[in-house]
Amino acid sequence: MISLEELAAIREKMKDKVVIREGSASTRVVVGMATCGIAAGARPVLNAFVDGVAKEGLSDKVTVSQTGCVGLCQYEPIVEVYEGGKEKITYVKVDAEKAEKIIKDHLIGGKVVTEYTIGAKA
Amino acid sequence: MKELSLNVLDIAKNSTAAKATEINISLVTDAQGILTLTIADNGCGMDSETLKRVSDPFYTTRKTRKVGMGLPLLRLAAEQTGGALTVRSSKDEKDHGTVVTATFDTRHIDFSPVGDIVSSICVLISGNPDIDFVFLDETPERRVTLDTKELRAVLGDVSLAEYEVIEWIRKYLHSQYEKN
Repeated sequence: MISLEELAAIREKMKDKVVIREGSASTRVVVGMATCGIAAGARPVLNAFVDGVAKEGLSDKVTVSQTGCVGLCQYEPIVEVYEGGKEKITYVKVDAEKAEKIIKDHLIGGKVVTEYTIGAKA
Repeated sequence: MKELSLNVLDIAKNSTAAKATEINISLVTDAQGILTLTIADNGCGMDSETLKRVSDPFYTTRKTRKVGMGLPLLRLAAEQTGGALTVRSSKDEKDHGTVVTATFDTRHIDFSPVGDIVSSICVLISGNPDIDFVFLDETPERRVTLDTKELRAVLGDVSLAEYEVIEWIRKYLHSQYEKN
């Protein structure tokens, strides 16, 4: 059984990190989590981004957050990437596998995965 | 929705939008296999006109689209097993909030499996670390609980949304399911 003592140990480990991280992220990944997004498979997509960002050590630069319906239900799951000084990139019909490629190519490599963007699907 | 845990995620998100500070999610299954799902919040509540139309799919308060499918889909999932959906809500200054209750016959052929409820709870907490969540999943054989107020007392200034904390919550819930 996992214990609260383990959580206390996480707290000790995280204390310093939190101070360093506050306000330092320059990229935002936003996953649409309204009814349309959830029904289309947004939950595993969100989990893939959260896991991928943590495992690739991007947590200081990238935040992953949730939003509601952006009004393009037929393209869900939708993921928007906001980078300082750049145009917003909208990825559509994303799944966990595509999320992995977006992390590797875009968030790490700096290259937009054009074939997954709304421009390629419209 | 392929599984009930996705409905739970979807309906509880309404509570976050209603500016709730505490959301209680419970799934209680009795010995006869009747599952009662309750999502209760202390958010702003709904007026009587909104409440009347709450499970009408062509009514929504949001501006991005003209349909509101969350509660109609939950009602469908409940009614297709012989169950029902009820919604109580109050905008009273001292006692505001909404309680969504759905009942399901888990032995019915059209019962959607609960699915990955742990994932839904983790997504809710990580997306809303300032809201308190109280979770209960109880059957005659087991009882799984989580109260983020208890976790907050241990974590102090560390956010519930931190990856390590969410992973701990995931393992904590899974360990309770496995123990039973």
